[in-house]
Amino acid sequence: MLAFILKRLGLALLVAFTVSFISFSLLFLSGDPAAALAGETASGEDIEAIRTLYGFDRPMLVQYGEWLFSAVRGDFGESYYFKLPVASLIADRLQVTMLLGLCGITFALLTAVPLGVAAAIRPNSIIDRLALFLSVAGQALPSFWFGLILIVLFSIKFQILPPSGAESWRHFVMPTVVLGYYAMPAIMRLTRAGMLDVLNSDYIRTARAKGAGEWRVLFKHALRNAIIPVVSLAAVQMGFMLGGSIVVESVFALHGAGYLAWESIARNDLPTVQALILIFSMFYITFTFLADVLNAWLDPRMRSA
Amino acid sequence: MSDIADPLTQEFQAPSPREMLKQRAKGHLGLLTGMGIVGLLALVAIFAPLLAPHDPYAQSLMTRMEPPVFLGGEWSHPLGTDHLGRDYLSRLIYGARVSLMIGVIAALISGVIGTTMGVAAGYFGGKVDAVVTFLINVRLAMPVVLVALAVVAILGGSLTVVICVLGLLLWDRFAVVMRASTLQISRRDYIAAARAVGASTPRILLTEIMPNIFNNLIVVITLEMAHAILLEATLSFLGLGVQPPTPSWGLMVSEGKNMMLFEPWLVLIPGAVLFVLVLAINLMGDGLRDVTAPENRS
Repeated sequence: MLAFILKRLGLALLVAFTVSFISFSLLFLSGDPAAALAGETASGEDIEAIRTLYGFDRPMLVQYGEWLFSAVRGDFGESYYFKLPVASLIADRLQVTMLLGLCGITFALLTAVPLGVAAAIRPNSIIDRLALFLSVAGQALPSFWFGLILIVLFSIKFQILPPSGAESWRHFVMPTVVLGYYAMPAIMRLTRAGMLDVLNSDYIRTARAKGAGEWRVLFKHALRNAIIPVVSLAAVQMGFMLGGSIVVESVFALHGAGYLAWESIARNDLPTVQALILIFSMFYITFTFLADVLNAWLDPRMRSA
Repeated sequence: MSDIADPLTQEFQAPSPREMLKQRAKGHLGLLTGMGIVGLLALVAIFAPLLAPHDPYAQSLMTRMEPPVFLGGEWSHPLGTDHLGRDYLSRLIYGARVSLMIGVIAALISGVIGTTMGVAAGYFGGKVDAVVTFLINVRLAMPVVLVALAVVAILGGSLTVVICVLGLLLWDRFAVVMRASTLQISRRDYIAAARAVGASTPRILLTEIMPNIFNNLIVVITLEMAHAILLEATLSFLGLGVQPPTPSWGLMVSEGKNMMLFEPWLVLIPGAVLFVLVLAINLMGDGLRDVTAPENRS
């Protein structure tokens, strides 16, 4: 088990290192970051001044090393636009995004798992077909459009939910639904497949033969085993969701890290963008690492992989 | 005596794989619906100049924000006009071109990258496999929307840039699926046989492996096409994809957003068309998987 954890941790660190290099290289995609920063009207001297001020005149690898070294200590430089340390900017905004992500994954699990179980109990029934249709339709629904439709319905027509902001729990209802439905199809399909698999196994037949009640068989015996892969999928989906928060937060004007990403991209604020790409990746890497370790702990067969 | 066919001597004609495929496809409602809608929208995209009642770029300040016919508008603009007086139906029709073109080309680019990586990993194994698996991990760790937005913002939004960015970002599913399929195929006896008779590696890859993973490849291409179309619309909606005045459905939703309070149809119509197209492509992809490789159903 320890060997598995160490091996998996090494891989996670290597992936994190590579991602950090890619997000740093983005700065150089524009050709000359100093010229891009100075703007179109800047003179040659202005550009040179900026080049030395930000240290763009040094070799790229040196700049990368310095950036990474500070980043590891939590220093991502200063935002070009807000003129504030990037780290504190992001820390301020991350709470909203984390809260949204937690609400989103909770919503997805609370809706998708019961639906998946119901579908598995009676395969090919109306519930099963409805669940399948919902999961296919869910994958095709553009989240920005879904969000706007909810605003039209619940904020404009019925006026029961606020269209934007983050002041109370009511502001989080629609963003939670929009962010959460995205993870539903995958969770539902996995729950359904897992339950179908488990319900056909011998120990379920034994439990039934012993005279255990149907609910007891379903939830105490079957779901406990079927849910194992779902837990790790939920962790991975949570990582994806934080990356997807950029769309939801911009639709509902929720000022979280996703909104900050959108703002800083639109304003060419590269230090903030680099830091956000790195942080969102770190969340994903951490979640998948934890999911793998959890899986290996619950199911020793996974440890060899 | 001889006019009654003897069931023992009568030759039994087993259906060819192609016929079995056709039979299965004919009974698959989702596949037929998906193919029908995608085919129809593809025709609309191809014949856009013939079908569009107006020039999608022609502005007319006299006829701004006219409602669609079902909301009391006139038949000269069946789906009304936008905030610049441009005919909404014509923009929608030309928007199909943008969506489908981006979907097809981006899926092809990422298909070439992902298939090459996946097949190489699955066939050669060892270090090649380790490197490819690592690259897939790295790619999955990057937040797609964020990276795509940032790159488009740096390089400037245009159709070519959006297509290239999506093509270079969406290869992960190709690599994962093609790797698994190749791994499965390359353990078969006929691959060993081909190697034993001295077939070269490129020959084995092209004539033994590729035809056998082709069905899976088609399924992934379809599903990634839908993915690319959704992402383009998202980027354009956020203002960092296809730039105005190009008619893109995501951009139309974004432009209509400001007038959503009074004219919600400006947002509803382009989004609904986008939803239907992506749904149809997904139905087609799921259907193709059921028909060609039923064992891969999850």
